[in-house]
Amino acid sequence: MDLLQTKGIEKQFLGVKALKGVDFAVKAGEIHALMGENGAGKSTLIKIITGVYPASAGSVYFNGKECKFRSPLDAEHAGISTVYQEVNLLPDLSVAENICIGREPRTKLGFIDKKERKVQARKALARLDIDINVGENLSSYSIAIQQLVAIARALDVDCKLLILDEPTSSLDENEVKELFKVMKKLREEGMAIIFITHFLDQVYEVSDRITILRDGQLVGSYEAKDLPRIEMVAKMIGKTPDEINQMQAGIVKNTKFGDTVYEAKGIGRVGTISPVDVSIREGEQLGLAGLLGSGRSEIAQIIFGVDPHDSGTMTMCGKSVNFNSPQKAVKAKIALIAEDRKVTGIIPDLTIRENIMLALQASKGIWKTMTLKQQEEMAEKYIKLLRIKTPSGEQLIKHLSGGNQQKVLIARWLATNPKLLILDEPTRGIDVGAKAEIEALTQQLCGEGMAVIFISSELEEVVRDCDRVIVLRDRKKVGEVAGSDISLKNVMKLIAG
Amino acid sequence: MKKFKFPMRYVPISATILVFFIVYLIGIISFDNFGSPKVFLDLFVDNAYLGIAVIGTALVILTGGIDLSVGSIIAFTSILIAKMIATGSNALVAIALALAIGIAFGMLQGWLIHCFSLPPFLVTLAGMFFIRGCGFIVSEESIGIKNDPVFNFIQNDLTIKLGKGMNLRFIVIVYIVVLLAAIFFSQRTRSGRSIYAIGDNELAATLMGIPVGRTKIMTYTIAGFCSALAGVVYAVYLKAGNPLNCVGLEMDAIAAVVIGGTLLTGGVGYVFGSLFGVLVLGLIQTLIVFDGRINSWWTRIIVGLLVLAFIFMQNLITKISKSKSKSQ
Repeated sequence: MDLLQTKGIEKQFLGVKALKGVDFAVKAGEIHALMGENGAGKSTLIKIITGVYPASAGSVYFNGKECKFRSPLDAEHAGISTVYQEVNLLPDLSVAENICIGREPRTKLGFIDKKERKVQARKALARLDIDINVGENLSSYSIAIQQLVAIARALDVDCKLLILDEPTSSLDENEVKELFKVMKKLREEGMAIIFITHFLDQVYEVSDRITILRDGQLVGSYEAKDLPRIEMVAKMIGKTPDEINQMQAGIVKNTKFGDTVYEAKGIGRVGTISPVDVSIREGEQLGLAGLLGSGRSEIAQIIFGVDPHDSGTMTMCGKSVNFNSPQKAVKAKIALIAEDRKVTGIIPDLTIRENIMLALQASKGIWKTMTLKQQEEMAEKYIKLLRIKTPSGEQLIKHLSGGNQQKVLIARWLATNPKLLILDEPTRGIDVGAKAEIEALTQQLCGEGMAVIFISSELEEVVRDCDRVIVLRDRKKVGEVAGSDISLKNVMKLIAG
Repeated sequence: MKKFKFPMRYVPISATILVFFIVYLIGIISFDNFGSPKVFLDLFVDNAYLGIAVIGTALVILTGGIDLSVGSIIAFTSILIAKMIATGSNALVAIALALAIGIAFGMLQGWLIHCFSLPPFLVTLAGMFFIRGCGFIVSEESIGIKNDPVFNFIQNDLTIKLGKGMNLRFIVIVYIVVLLAAIFFSQRTRSGRSIYAIGDNELAATLMGIPVGRTKIMTYTIAGFCSALAGVVYAVYLKAGNPLNCVGLEMDAIAAVVIGGTLLTGGVGYVFGSLFGVLVLGLIQTLIVFDGRINSWWTRIIVGLLVLAFIFMQNLITKISKSKSKSQ
């Protein structure tokens, strides 16, 4: 019998249909992967199951009974525990409180028992083999630990169904392994787990069954062992396996490089990054590889003038420059698409057109305005060029999927006609199809003579796309590989040291 | 290996306490009688009503909200009590009615804020005008409270005599009791912790299953009660009601909360800190009164600078703790 079942779930947001009649079922004692591209409706479905949103139509059955949860708390009482995408915790409260809040152990008088709370928190963390000071503020720990704290919280209640929405995106390899061990243990105890991830390897490592959504519709549910990987991807993006192979083969590296565009000698900043040389030529794609916190983004921030450098010199097109603000970098025709697009990139309540216009307008100053018509033409051009999926340029950007938001950000900077484009994790949290498109786009830009610095934590991408790779470890450059020496093995070796 | 680390979250409140002692020390060094227990006690007597109002404001600010109706509610309740007594009602009935109106008004504001997702600033701004106006409907002029048996009882019989001419007045006891209750509530009850959770990250709090709506309405209800109680204390303190009183008092309350180490964006701070926020404000006032030469409006200038200093400090602390978690 199915533990959880949804029938004909529909959801509309402001006229946009996010879910179009989804039937979905999970059995007790299985790990069920919910797959789909960004914007396919996975998170929306989860939020409807757990009572964050009401469904526009359809019904949810849990334990054989129809349920209409009005809040996550309702769902939790029924036995559904959820770890939502992105760390959704309370940074300024202690770890113990984050695990126990809303269900703190109480003394006989009904007041919170602080000692017992710590004990309970430690116990919950011990289940994941974590031993940290639970009295410290959550924000004093790394994102990875915070993610595990969120999972510990979800497991701290008596639940029959555990939902993990992208739990591994901020974990390193060992932490992922630990998490999978726990998931398998829970499965043996008879718990059902819904697992959402972008990492295809991970799906096959733990899942028993896979359900695929596309454009708000159910594609199908399959036994994991009967569904080859390439077919899963094909079903997710709605293309045949052959078409995907073609897409990936379609990435042709540019080999004609021009003059040096940007050169930095010994730039560094105490406590942020040790002095490093960076140079890049026209048409070249330079990769920065390394683990999280190795100094990749820090280099980008220094080049773009976000952080001042306290050593070294830089030249742009042969002229000595010193950027102490992003404005100056923009004037010199550098563009940076920063790591976290939600925080530093998109302005959710502006339209696509307005979002694209921002950087160009900023570089022109506020007096030289463009007419609405010019703006519309420009938005139209980039929507076509980058294949942004939207009914029109007047759509608010917050209604787009992650991949399409990223494309709008790229369009914003392309509009300023940069000579050097820095992409910091452009493919993070976007789906396979959009990734391939963005990779192809950077190659195309290089072909047109643009210099591109590409930062990604997915080494395959760096290896596949870059002409030269600088490898970083512990805020230091530890090596550089170029041309045919670029291989996953070589880069990994340098990273590992 | 355990290194002793002073937790970052105690820095602002420690700074507040430090400022309090520094100002106190300046007073003792500069003036002969400043250090006398009487001056210290008067600090509480003169600021009991403000202190009670600040407790409500502190809780509201901890949820990430704001309450601008504080001063108006104080004025309204004090004039209501005075008018009712003047027209022959029992003082206890008047006080009970005043408190009930405060509670109901706070609850209404909380309900509007939650159910219609309205900004607290605007809702309580509307509330501020509304209830200020109501005060003038009750009476356009100040009304004194004379020879009321209940008030006399509070004044004479409920005062604890400490000897040497010093008295612990009932309004001070009320303040201390409410303060202790609020500290305990905020630290040791689920509802209290929910207030912090909402102020820290409302979306996360919702997703963590915390009853956000209920907690918010409750917080504004408590704030309404605190303001009304402050009004009662104010009437007892002045033995009068006046619809013109306490204009802009909510700003003093907000200043006291900030100086007390609470982050205006919510989620960080202690109700305990608001005590020192109020005491610092009171001390500066006392200091200037003692001096006698300086214009008393200098209080405002110093308070302004202090608030600014505390905002800078909190900004710095937020940055430090952010860069710390980044570097891990």
